[in-house]
Amino acid sequence: MTDPNTLSPLDLETPDKTFLDANELVINMGPQHPATHGVLRVILRLDGEKVMGLECVIGYLHRGVEKIAENRTYTMFNPYVDRMDYVAAVSNGLGYCEAVEKLLNVEAPPRAQYIRVILTELNRIASHQLWLGTHALDIGAITPLFYTFRDREEILKIFEKYCGARLTTHAFRIGGLQYEAYEGFEKDVKNFVNFVKPKIDEYEELLTTNRIWLERTKGVGKISGKDCIALGVTGPVLRASGVKWDLRKAQPYANYKNFEFEIPTGENGDTYDRYIVRMIEMRQSLRIIEQAVEGIPEGPIMAKVPKVMKPPVGEIYHSIEAPKGELGYFIVSDGSTQPYRIRVRPPSFVNLQALDLMCRGQLVADVIAVIGTLDIVLGEVDR
Amino acid sequence: MHGFLQYIQSYLDSDKTPGGAGNIFWATVYILLVFAGLSVAVIAMNWLERKILAHMQVRLGPMRVGPHGLLQPIADAIKLLLKEDIIPAEADALVFWIAPFIVVLAAFTVFVVVPFGPTHAITDMNIGILFMLGVSSLSVLGIVTAGWASNSHYPLIGALRSSAQMVSYEVAMGLAVVSVILMTSLGPEGGTLSMIGIVQAQQAQGEWFIFKFFPLGLVGFFIFAIAMVAETNRAPFDLPEAESELTAGFHTEYSGFRWSLFFLAEYSAMIAVSSIAVTLWLGGWLRPFPNALTGPTWDLVFSLFPGITFLLLAVMCFYNTARMPKHPLFRVQTMGLAGFGVVLALIGLILFIPAVRVRVTDIYWFAAKVGAFMYLYIWYRGTFPRYRFDQLMKVGWKVLLPTGLVLLILTALVGMRTELWAELQGVWRP
Repeated sequence: MTDPNTLSPLDLETPDKTFLDANELVINMGPQHPATHGVLRVILRLDGEKVMGLECVIGYLHRGVEKIAENRTYTMFNPYVDRMDYVAAVSNGLGYCEAVEKLLNVEAPPRAQYIRVILTELNRIASHQLWLGTHALDIGAITPLFYTFRDREEILKIFEKYCGARLTTHAFRIGGLQYEAYEGFEKDVKNFVNFVKPKIDEYEELLTTNRIWLERTKGVGKISGKDCIALGVTGPVLRASGVKWDLRKAQPYANYKNFEFEIPTGENGDTYDRYIVRMIEMRQSLRIIEQAVEGIPEGPIMAKVPKVMKPPVGEIYHSIEAPKGELGYFIVSDGSTQPYRIRVRPPSFVNLQALDLMCRGQLVADVIAVIGTLDIVLGEVDR
Repeated sequence: MHGFLQYIQSYLDSDKTPGGAGNIFWATVYILLVFAGLSVAVIAMNWLERKILAHMQVRLGPMRVGPHGLLQPIADAIKLLLKEDIIPAEADALVFWIAPFIVVLAAFTVFVVVPFGPTHAITDMNIGILFMLGVSSLSVLGIVTAGWASNSHYPLIGALRSSAQMVSYEVAMGLAVVSVILMTSLGPEGGTLSMIGIVQAQQAQGEWFIFKFFPLGLVGFFIFAIAMVAETNRAPFDLPEAESELTAGFHTEYSGFRWSLFFLAEYSAMIAVSSIAVTLWLGGWLRPFPNALTGPTWDLVFSLFPGITFLLLAVMCFYNTARMPKHPLFRVQTMGLAGFGVVLALIGLILFIPAVRVRVTDIYWFAAKVGAFMYLYIWYRGTFPRYRFDQLMKVGWKVLLPTGLVLLILTALVGMRTELWAELQGVWRP
């Protein structure tokens, strides 16, 4: 183990005070604040409107998901992971199922893999749409929220048709899928792709070149690629800082290596770049979906897995690229039906650490913008 | 008794405003009318804003209370009146109590000089525009007191932002207004600060001031149009009440009736600044093309507009009545909407009566222009993100203020040249 003290500490500079030499104002933002996306509490130290530093207080949504895992069988725990990042439940399910499959040394059949990729990418779009709506709302543009929710509805309809649930889907099973794709699934997905493409242009029309949007996002919440890596920040935030790191390409899981897509990166690592990266990611997801839906092979949807799962003694770490960043599952098995320990590496939790660094010296209004751009879900932060 | 009747009648023959004629009775009637009209306008704005915003945002807006949510503002008003009236324990109760009244007072008092027509104003002051600007900026006092008295962080920050914002935009606003006053001085009657005088100057000079000295008038209008949005704390300048940052800004701690006073004040302030803009640049009560399309025929055509507008609204109502679901549950709503349509149609028909038509046409054109501004306000809100505080200040001080100064100097120069030219022509070509 590395001694945590020997790790180089991030140099968090205290911003210059204003000439007024005023007293610091300590403001408690949240947990009931409308812009903290749930129950995040931020203690802000302000000099006028300038943020001198901040501290996140989390745990208001802690449900002990990891502890619950120790008292459930592998199959029983599967629905719980949906409740962590509840806006990207399908991705969470994919990560967990693949981790357990790795532990059991089975692989889902190709047909299941394709359907998994389609649903996961649909979920990525849904998650980004929700992020865009709320992020724009935080910055004061109220209209994009309704546009994105209107279009996200179409994705939720596909989920509902596929597995009966809209949000906490529990779409996948360890070893494959429980349900065969319903009749007309491919047509629905294709229709959705055609439907949503012009809609993404519509969002961009409202925001991308909007003067106020540019002023509010350019140069706000800057973070360098180096700092991102030091803090373990992943996902669109890392890519917007210029680091080309996407687990779908770097360590291909599922069958992502079969698909052609690009990883968008930014240059400045500011809020605007993160916005652009996510907008491009939505289009790339559509590209993947288009390829996947063309190539769904025939065959079984479930690999041979025992009814009572007893993975061999050992441990496994498996991570996927969730919409918000690297979502990892570390599972320790003692050979019984229940995991000895499950540790989740949630992207929101790790990304949230960067908030202090990104907000120092900025204004109060920027804190809201940065919380929005980090795209955190408190269910995943607290677990 | 006879003397009193004569007193009442005496005003009807004069061509002045009640205040100008010194007739207390009619002044009181006008005050009551303006107050009632303003309240109705605020209620209508409430409904319209929700509906228009909703349609911009691909949703329906209020649909449940009354047909197409027509009774929603009334339901809201009743709800607000029934709510518990909370004064926080730590608040300064007296100041907390007074603050909303200052805001409402400032927002309503400005309507004393707003000219809805050449005689349709409560009074005509020779310093009308100064009075309007002065009184409307008093509302910042109410906002600061509200934020201070709440004794809480968010309202305090909201109040500070608001005062800084209002003060800095008032400067640019003032410069734009001064450029208009310079323009009025070019007419035969000389410069004036009176609201009625400004409109009459536009009539005398034969063009709305927005087109005067193109593009100077237009630039002045734009400066004012931007500053007035900031002045009323509306999107994209709604920082003082930025709900995503400061929950509700200066009125976070207010609830029930007191909160509704702030709401009322905000909307009447919007109407007030819009009417300044209309009076100064868009010819106030003057109908479009008062000089180009003259003659009794055109007068008749333009005086038909109010009636036609209401009839169109009635037709819209009837069309939507026909589209109502044919379910028994909707019978009352359908009848209500049809009834509303009938009321609108009746108003429209009354407006065709020549005696009414002549008196109402000024007010109609004024209201129509103000209504256009109200729509703009809603449109802004549906489209723009919110400025950040420092950016807002930058726009105010570094863009609008210098532009306003240059505009003022240019207007003065161009105006001087015009006058000189006129004089020279007089000398050399007698």
